[in-house]
Amino acid sequence: MAKDVIRMEGRVVESMPNAVFRVELENGHRVMAHVSGRMRMHFIRILPGDQVTVELSPYDLAKGRIVYRSG
Amino acid sequence: MTLRPKSAEEIEKMRAAGRVVAEVLAHLHPMCRPGVTTGDLDAEAVRLMEARGARSLFRGQPHPRGGRVYPGNICVSLNEELVHGIPGPREIREGDVVSIDIGVEKDGWCGDAARTFAVGEVPERVRDLLRTTEGALDLVAREARAGVFWSAVAGQIEALVCRAGFAVVTDYVGHGIGRRMWEEPRVPNFVGRDMAREDFLLAEGLTLAVEPMVNLGRREVRETGDGWTVVTVDGKPAAHFEDTFVIRREGAEPLTRL
Repeated sequence: MAKDVIRMEGRVVESMPNAVFRVELENGHRVMAHVSGRMRMHFIRILPGDQVTVELSPYDLAKGRIVYRSG
Repeated sequence: MTLRPKSAEEIEKMRAAGRVVAEVLAHLHPMCRPGVTTGDLDAEAVRLMEARGARSLFRGQPHPRGGRVYPGNICVSLNEELVHGIPGPREIREGDVVSIDIGVEKDGWCGDAARTFAVGEVPERVRDLLRTTEGALDLVAREARAGVFWSAVAGQIEALVCRAGFAVVTDYVGHGIGRRMWEEPRVPNFVGRDMAREDFLLAEGLTLAVEPMVNLGRREVRETGDGWTVVTVDGKPAAHFEDTFVIRREGAEPLTRL
């Protein structure tokens, strides 16, 4: 059975220290997500209210990685 | 990411589970004829597994994002269905592309493999799709040697598929396998932006389920309403081949072939 990459859309609710954000996912769950290295490298800023794509770890569904900012 | 290679005894147990998978696949292949339902294949698979002291790995598997557990024993995916097709009353027809994915647990250890077959006459381009995807597995057997990084192999898989004019699916990946079906690491069939973070060194004794998933058209896929079945967004056929491998010095040895 193939493993999926568990990517979900969400909205940034709160910014926290060390480039970590609380994100409310489309299914209502709130997760702690850090900004991906690639986004930091391109100096992409993330602010509360932004629509983002979060990649969740299959081993801890409460933590994720922001891989894309759409809005 | 700490990956645990398996001991020689553990690999033998996985080989036994893998043999069951290979035997069930071999039995189901000739059953893929017009008029046979996907449910028929599922029922026969269970019978064969139990006769060999194994049980289905998929049945009851919780969905990674919540939602229902997997209701079938095997996955049967037709045409534009890529993976995780739930067996039921749907009949196989002439010209169908049938993908069967089987996972078993025997004596505490797991095996997972998949094959895609064409039923009767299909366009040459579709035969090409199946050959290319199966070729990706052969590539893995040759190139996935201890001491090599997985990204090197994934890059070759991606190149092979792209050269043939098809698209590698990027929303699903292979996985480590051992006592459980889904173990670390994630085993993508492409080199994506996460590869720097997710790359891993192949070591002797590492057991991986490598499953290239290739679309005839565009790579985008989506889940359907039943909560599990994944289909291509453009509706064109998709192929899925998988073997459970153990990494060796000379290459990757498949455990799920006869």
